[in-house]
Amino acid sequence: MSEINLGTPAQNTWCPGCGNFAIMNAIKAVLTELSAEGVPLENIVLVSGIGCHAKIVDYLNVNSFYSIHGRATPAAEGIKLANPKIKVICFAGDGDAYGEGIEHLIFAAKRNIDITMIIHNNRVYGLTTGQYTPTSPTGFKGRSTPQGTKEPPINPLELMLASNASFLARGTSHGMELLKKIFKEAILHRGFSLVDVLQVCVTYFNMYEYYDKRVYEIKDHDAADYNQALQKVREWDYNADKPIALGVIYKKDAPVFEEKLTARDTAGREAKIRGILKTFI
Amino acid sequence: MNEFSLLIGGKAGFGIDKSATVIGLILNRIGQRVYIYRDYPSLIRGGHTFSIIRTARKRIAAHQNKIDFILALNQDTFDLHKDKLKDGAIVIYDPDSVKIEGLSAGVQTIGIPITKIVKEENAPEIMRNTCIIGAFVRAGQISWDILDAVFRKEFNKEADLNLKIARRGYDATKELVKIEPFNQEALPLVSGNQALSLGLIKGGLTTYIAYPMTPSSPILHFLAESAENFGLKVIHPESEIGVMLMALGFSYMGEKTAVGTSGGGFCLMTEGLSFAGMAELPIVIVLGQRPGPSTGLPTYSSQTDLHFALNAGQGEFARFIVAPADAEESYFWAAKALNISWKYQIPSIILTDKNLGEGVFNFDINSIPPIKEDAPVLWGRKSPYQRYQLTENGISGLAFAGDKCAVVKVNSYEHDEYGITTEDPVQTVLMQDKRLLKEKYLRQDLEKIETVKVYGKKDSTVGLLCWGSNKGVCVELADKLGLKVIQPIVLAPFSIDQFQRAVSGVKKLISVENNATAQLARLLKMYGIGVDKHILKYDGRPFSLDELEKLIKEAVK
Repeated sequence: MSEINLGTPAQNTWCPGCGNFAIMNAIKAVLTELSAEGVPLENIVLVSGIGCHAKIVDYLNVNSFYSIHGRATPAAEGIKLANPKIKVICFAGDGDAYGEGIEHLIFAAKRNIDITMIIHNNRVYGLTTGQYTPTSPTGFKGRSTPQGTKEPPINPLELMLASNASFLARGTSHGMELLKKIFKEAILHRGFSLVDVLQVCVTYFNMYEYYDKRVYEIKDHDAADYNQALQKVREWDYNADKPIALGVIYKKDAPVFEEKLTARDTAGREAKIRGILKTFI
Repeated sequence: MNEFSLLIGGKAGFGIDKSATVIGLILNRIGQRVYIYRDYPSLIRGGHTFSIIRTARKRIAAHQNKIDFILALNQDTFDLHKDKLKDGAIVIYDPDSVKIEGLSAGVQTIGIPITKIVKEENAPEIMRNTCIIGAFVRAGQISWDILDAVFRKEFNKEADLNLKIARRGYDATKELVKIEPFNQEALPLVSGNQALSLGLIKGGLTTYIAYPMTPSSPILHFLAESAENFGLKVIHPESEIGVMLMALGFSYMGEKTAVGTSGGGFCLMTEGLSFAGMAELPIVIVLGQRPGPSTGLPTYSSQTDLHFALNAGQGEFARFIVAPADAEESYFWAAKALNISWKYQIPSIILTDKNLGEGVFNFDINSIPPIKEDAPVLWGRKSPYQRYQLTENGISGLAFAGDKCAVVKVNSYEHDEYGITTEDPVQTVLMQDKRLLKEKYLRQDLEKIETVKVYGKKDSTVGLLCWGSNKGVCVELADKLGLKVIQPIVLAPFSIDQFQRAVSGVKKLISVENNATAQLARLLKMYGIGVDKHILKYDGRPFSLDELEKLIKEAVK
């Protein structure tokens, strides 16, 4: 496989040991593979929100749309709908996609737009220095909740399953090989795909040890079976002390939104406008 | 009778809107120029809805409170409007649902058993409209053939039954007055929203994205219906935040995109507006104003968001803001705004309001100056691609994802020429200056067009200052009273030079606005221009001719 230069001159400012490195390295490997398999890199657009995760687009020499906090998803949808040939890979944090921008995520899944969401779910706000997020466990002591949070986390995969997402998977930043496999499958899936990556923030919420003891890779699981998928996403609710399944949890074929849109046509407009005006007499 | 006003009213759900259009079209076909004001409450069934159809030999864009015809389908229509009836006016009504009381002797009344007729013909209740239109046509001695032709065009499904009912109304009435035809060609009757939509299409629109909100929803409806004909993508997402960000995704891909909303939705769009300013993503926003604050009066009109539009979004960035006043201006400036956004890679805001958007006007496409498309500046393909390359005029050449030779990076953070985040102080200033520089060149471009219009008696020392939908009423009164009208159309970047020229010779400047704080006057104050008197109306309703005439006469004293 020939090496392609995916780097930029931007200086990397993630903390040493940050889980974002695993995500970036996995995506670099997947892009290299896809390119070798004939997917032109110019047909890829990376989208990000705001947060530590989002710097990934500065570090990759690929088309990118560095959006605003919570609003990576609708921008990704717009890009895909504008040109269905483009593969859109959208990076977002848990505060970003599951908090401020949750409505967009639900609707993108509902529409089954062919975009890939990669959620850097470290379950803490990093860039704003350590507050709880929608997926922090109950009792999490962050800077805005020094006595511990009084609310349970949401289970994003269960929510996505209920919202008609057609591809759902989970990985961790301690498992590059699995991440590569899942990312590639998610990107090649035709429809809305979401990968929840248990990405560890070493500075504000170091969960490496916790995850390492509990994760297992899914086997003997029919990802096409909604009920099996539901059981799997309910096994661990991001709160209780339970085994944490990794791998592709749900996958189905379904029509995508973009195929229903009108094709662009700007020909003969003046005459058509005059034609319409005649009907207003 | 050759120039008159007709009021038709009933409950929401009666089909008053459609009836007004049909009457407008009938009058239009006999060479009358037509303006329709629509008044409706924010509900689906019930309440009181009415339309005033005003006609004249010349083009008009204002209504008056003195009414020549009332077509009353319910008691409210008669009770609420009978005081507006002129001497010699005619009331056509349904005696089964309307009781006529307390009219002056000069008013003629015709009771038509409309409810009975509709029942006898086994027709749906909504066809009571049709019956009363038939009666009006006979009363005004308009040829049946014209009604027949308009009905066949407007009611393609149930044309025959509608015609049958209309004929019963026609036959039950006698000829009372003669509505004179004018010997001039009929012009299309369009709403401001339709004209604006067609202007966007003319300007090269490929995508329209909106969340429903009065008074801009009709643009969404019209474009959704026209999507196939014009090869448009029309999308209704989850919220105005979703609208704006999805639109910016389209814009990034090179799609000429517009969004439409009203004040509340625009609030949600402002984070995306500021992003468009920073990332230099072209976007057109139609902002249909209605009375606020907050939900306000959803189905009525205002001019309260001028300063909101001028200042919306954090940070400092160039924007183009235009306030068209009628159908032709809506068409012209919608096309222009799209072109300006793409030439300068900035957001444009088209300020409309309910009176303009949902008002119905004659539209003469041949009177509109030619709109030549300014092609966006594209990447010259010589040096490696930099999305934010520094140039003499601040405009960087565009390339789009999918181009083999370009990596296209846009960024909401401050960024370098390549589009990569920076916090460097020197780079920050370079980029801020680059973005603002574009406004200077836009200003120069705009000097080639008349962006401050003058009407009325040009050498009058009394000037009426207005913007947007108040132009129609101001111009008509200025012609009558011998005053000058000054109408700024482009509000950002504002041409103080053109304004100074327009206002020269005026000793008394009177602003006419639909807001409580004289927002245009406030803008002029920033340029050192004082306004002597304010005529402000903020009850959600447009100025009528008679009402404004009185107020102007007091202000001129």
